[in-house]
Amino acid sequence: MTESLEIITTSSDEGTLPLNESLSREIYEKMLTIRRFEEAVLEIYTQGLMRGLAHLYIGQEASAVGICSALNDDDYLTSTHRGHGHLIAKGGKVDRMMAEMMGKVDGYNRGKGGTMHIADMSLGILGANGIVGGGMGMATGAALSGKMRNSGQVAVCFFGDGAINQGAFLESANLASVWSLPVLFVCENNHYGEYTAASDVTAVREHVAERAAGFDMPAVVVDGNDAVAVHQTAMEMVKRARAGEGPCLIENKTYRYRGHHVGDGDPEKTYRTQEETDTWLARDPIPRFARRMMKAGMVDETELDTIDATITGLVEDAVEFAKESPYPVADEVTDHVYA
Amino acid sequence: MSTPERVITYGEAVREAIAEEMRRDETVFFMGEDVAAAGGVFKVTVGLLDEFGDDRVRDTPISEAGIMGAGVGAALTGMRPIVEIMFGDFITIAMDQIVNQAAKMCYMTGGQASVPLTIRTTIGAGRSSAAQHSQSLQAWLSHIPGVKVAIPSTPADLKGLLKTAIRDDNPTVIYEDKMMYALKGPVPDDDDYTIPFGVADIKREGSDVSIVATSSMVHTALKAADMLEQEQISVEVVDPRTLSPLDMETIVRSVQKTSRAVVIDEAYQSYGVTGELASRISDEAFDYLDAPVKRLGAMDVPVPFSPGLEPETIPDEEKLVRTVQSLFHDVPV
Repeated sequence: MTESLEIITTSSDEGTLPLNESLSREIYEKMLTIRRFEEAVLEIYTQGLMRGLAHLYIGQEASAVGICSALNDDDYLTSTHRGHGHLIAKGGKVDRMMAEMMGKVDGYNRGKGGTMHIADMSLGILGANGIVGGGMGMATGAALSGKMRNSGQVAVCFFGDGAINQGAFLESANLASVWSLPVLFVCENNHYGEYTAASDVTAVREHVAERAAGFDMPAVVVDGNDAVAVHQTAMEMVKRARAGEGPCLIENKTYRYRGHHVGDGDPEKTYRTQEETDTWLARDPIPRFARRMMKAGMVDETELDTIDATITGLVEDAVEFAKESPYPVADEVTDHVYA
Repeated sequence: MSTPERVITYGEAVREAIAEEMRRDETVFFMGEDVAAAGGVFKVTVGLLDEFGDDRVRDTPISEAGIMGAGVGAALTGMRPIVEIMFGDFITIAMDQIVNQAAKMCYMTGGQASVPLTIRTTIGAGRSSAAQHSQSLQAWLSHIPGVKVAIPSTPADLKGLLKTAIRDDNPTVIYEDKMMYALKGPVPDDDDYTIPFGVADIKREGSDVSIVATSSMVHTALKAADMLEQEQISVEVVDPRTLSPLDMETIVRSVQKTSRAVVIDEAYQSYGVTGELASRISDEAFDYLDAPVKRLGAMDVPVPFSPGLEPETIPDEEKLVRTVQSLFHDVPV
């Protein structure tokens, strides 16, 4: 049953960095941008500048960046309610994202979508999604479209461990497989669907990626906190998809350091243990990648500080941009119901 | 000079509309359960596979949510898919993709995205298909902003509206009454023949009462009009043709003329199409009405299997005649 299941639990060698310097820097900067962006979201939310729900991606950065660094600008992506990281990884602009968080007119969606619906069609970002598993059909359809147009485009469908139990997964995975569509189903297994442990509600022996066997597609289980392992896996699977060899399932094992959404209490006091969280904190993808860059002689501590200061400044500018942007005028409420 | 016409069936209208639009635009493709090799369970898409091949005419697994999702994704990325949901009852399985995804993409993205997706599905009882293959669920999607809904009653309307739907940049749904696929009617012989959404059609002119009727109920209304003519009641039959957008102007103009209105539709009567139409007429034509607006929908029961029971649940011309008569005389409805 698990013939096609490949397991990469850790990156080959923590001591080396088998990526070139410019790619390594790009990956590091993207991951750090996501981290600083999410910290800023937490701050504006706490200050009352953002309403609704904020599902933070903190801790999962290697997954989004590792996958998206293997994509072309015109490849497609569908995201989730925890989508900020995917958008930044695919090239989304933090100022327009931040404005959307606050419901401002300069936001990506002119304030009409908010955190759970940001899209940038020019970057192939077909939207974050408020429905668990809601993007699976869309990613499959985008891959079908690319295949019918012979464009060479692939589609990445990000989803969580919760969505693997949605019927949409079965229907989309089957369709993608029988039509040999260029889709990468990327399950970010952060081990909790909202407040319930995935292991309590998912009938698999160990890895959710075992489900791929039922769809005759290859699967890879990856240390999702290792950007190198994720990137290398994605490169291989994207190449395979572009060559017409069909879909795959990648399971990035990762962890969200915060709760399900901002303001929903302390996870360590309810549904998970401090010990478990500490284990994952020790695997934080960002310092881990930084250590490898330093060992490879690409950066030193001083330069890391400079990078951080630059990114922090960029995010602060985004917050200012968002604050200064006006709300959309009331007349806009009926715009865009129809194209 | 008038356009020459041909007589074709409601089913042939579907096939012609799809074929013409697929010839016209290579981004149009068609998928659904059993639509290609078998030509559909109602045989209305026979021949499309032969002409266009299996890349553009696709048999899918029985996965309504998956097919619809794939349709939404393809529509977002440069294609114009036509998705068939064999029985309208099965659209319930694909609801998330239509209601939460397709209908909202343009709005939620602030106008960045458009979803030129056409959904064809069936409605209508009358063939002893029982409760899961006979419903008329057109109210469900008419309720959703962002979706356009057509409910054609003739081959000409079906062909013109389906072609418009395929060319439209929004999610559109065409509800075809499965009992009408063999219905014949004249259709303009013109590859560019289309009917805009939001334009009602007067199917019969009259002066005493307006019957606003949809889909197969248009034919029920026309039969009732013949029967009422014997009683010197002159009936105007108004077919909205599309439920969203809805051409209230034509409906109100008719009621201004007749001062009485009856609404008939095959959806369940409660919380359905008839309720909406009756309410709109009461609101927008109140000053012209000489009687309350009456309505007739399907009985609020699951559609039964037995030929002894099923007809009881569907509005028919006898019930409609009694309803119209009640506006003129004190008759039990």
